[in-house]
Amino acid sequence: MPDTSPRRVRVTSPRTGAARVQRVPVAREIEAQTALGEVYMSSLLRSQLRLALLALATLAVVVGGIPLLFWLAPELSTVEVLAVPLPWLLLAFAVYPFLFAIGWLYVRAAERNERAFTDVLDRS
Amino acid sequence: MSAAGYSVVAVTAVVVATLAVGAYGWRFSRTTSDFFVASRTVRPGLNASAIGGEYLSAASFLGVAGLVLAFGTEMLWYPVGWTAGYLVLLVLVAAPLRRSGAYTLPDFAESRLESRAVRRLSALLVVAIGWLYLMPQFQGAGLALAATTGTGPWLGGVLVATVVLVNVLFGGMRSITFVQAFQYWLKLTALLFPLLFMVTIWLGDGGVSPASTGTTPGDSWESPLAGTGDQQLYTTYSIILATFLGTMGLPHVVVRFYTNPDGAAARRTTLFVLALLGLFYLLPPVYGGLGRLYAPDLIASGDTESVVLELPSRMLAGTLGELLSALTTAGAFAAFLSTSSGLTVAVAGVISQDGLGRRLGGVRAFQAGAVVAVLVPLGLALLTEGVGVAQAVGLAFAFAASTFCPLLVLGIWWRRLTDAGAIAGMLVGGGCAGAAVIATLLGMAPTGWPGALLAQPAAWTVPLAFLTMVGVSLATSRRVPRHTARTMVRLHAPEAVQLDRGILPR
Repeated sequence: MPDTSPRRVRVTSPRTGAARVQRVPVAREIEAQTALGEVYMSSLLRSQLRLALLALATLAVVVGGIPLLFWLAPELSTVEVLAVPLPWLLLAFAVYPFLFAIGWLYVRAAERNERAFTDVLDRS
Repeated sequence: MSAAGYSVVAVTAVVVATLAVGAYGWRFSRTTSDFFVASRTVRPGLNASAIGGEYLSAASFLGVAGLVLAFGTEMLWYPVGWTAGYLVLLVLVAAPLRRSGAYTLPDFAESRLESRAVRRLSALLVVAIGWLYLMPQFQGAGLALAATTGTGPWLGGVLVATVVLVNVLFGGMRSITFVQAFQYWLKLTALLFPLLFMVTIWLGDGGVSPASTGTTPGDSWESPLAGTGDQQLYTTYSIILATFLGTMGLPHVVVRFYTNPDGAAARRTTLFVLALLGLFYLLPPVYGGLGRLYAPDLIASGDTESVVLELPSRMLAGTLGELLSALTTAGAFAAFLSTSSGLTVAVAGVISQDGLGRRLGGVRAFQAGAVVAVLVPLGLALLTEGVGVAQAVGLAFAFAASTFCPLLVLGIWWRRLTDAGAIAGMLVGGGCAGAAVIATLLGMAPTGWPGALLAQPAAWTVPLAFLTMVGVSLATSRRVPRHTARTMVRLHAPEAVQLDRGILPR
């Protein structure tokens, strides 16, 4: 017959010094989908989305502006730089370093956002 | 040896090298995960070369130079858009898509929206886009081989299909990754090396502008605006929208993101790809420009797509020119092989998971899927001839931009997307874009504004798809998936944080 009576334990005072504050890590808040966890997640989401939209807006204004520029000022397309027409110079050569530069700045900023998020969670 | 002889040797060398590099990868391919996503361990450098190798299809290698030769500066929007598409992908999709932990686009759709119906529709669209993109690759291979060696137009397609099938059957994604990385550098060399000689000759001849020799006086070769008359601005922006947003929806592009170890690596890989694509796309337009000076008869004969293959032997006399032409032919074959391989892996993954998975399972299903994925478009390519390589590829981009782009962007960034909204948006966007381009291809399109709207539909179908998706989602707000909050955590939280990410898809 199994012994169902609880095992005896020694009872000591739980109060050793001052009362402790119960701390819940932010990661647990996010997991439990509390209001506080939501605040942290949506702040990460917002900062990443803002960054993405900034990068896209730069792309839209600079590269997307090229057709509009030449439509408004068609005489620009006959300008030649070193035997290469200006539109050709922009679209065949200059645009690629520009695209890479936006991408590079974006990756740096996005990783910085994520590091800030990780740091907040680790410190809690 | 004759010029055709050199080309045969060059094509054979590419095929043998592809099989050999693939065989190196076969040794590592054991598990299902190896076959689908190379076990998600591919480093950014290798992975970026593989993505570049896969992405630079015949449309990039042959088509861009031909289009620039024929129509001029406005066609530069295609390579610019194909590169900028990767920037949009990097900014909106790359890291969250990797973090979603899914194998394929339908996997992503199902895990985000918790709906089998969305999964089935996405699977159908992946196969449709994949076949649409594979068909011109096989056709282009046939045309290129016929032009350089004088064989029948069917041989090139069959050759490419066979090599791809062998590599995919034995090595899956693991093997394909090595093959494609190798082929990026082969394609770059094949264009760069002859160009060094040809630019020297051009400078020796005084370095005149290609725009100065208008074959038809008064044509706007140097204008960056596409189309004619009032619709110029619309047509140009429509091309921009289709290429910038279509890239993220191509099945062979998206499947690559699952091979990265984590979200941050996915971003760095994409940045690397931007650099590699920018480097490559500097070259084909120069062939188009030089072709205008040294091979203007190709414009009259309508044979502009062969300018890359013929220009070296036109500008350089004797054996050197023939050898360099054989080199560009080899590069063109690398382009057909690598893009077809990537598409086959992507389509085979979807067919095996959604069509055959329950009966066969694992590696067997993947291999059966690969056979189906190659044979159907090969058959279509042999039956239908005459749809241009660049035209069919353009159709695939507009179609992808109108279906998967809204699904991915809203799925990743908007919590209130519902399954009903996603289905409605994809049906409306895909239906309109598909109908518009079929009408154009069948020659039913009218002239003027309606014609421009149908020929380049992206500028109205993409916003329409987005609006439908948002509108229907808001109207069916009670259908928001139950675990949306947890899915958002999985998509956006960095891997360094220990979190409950919910159940990962298979």
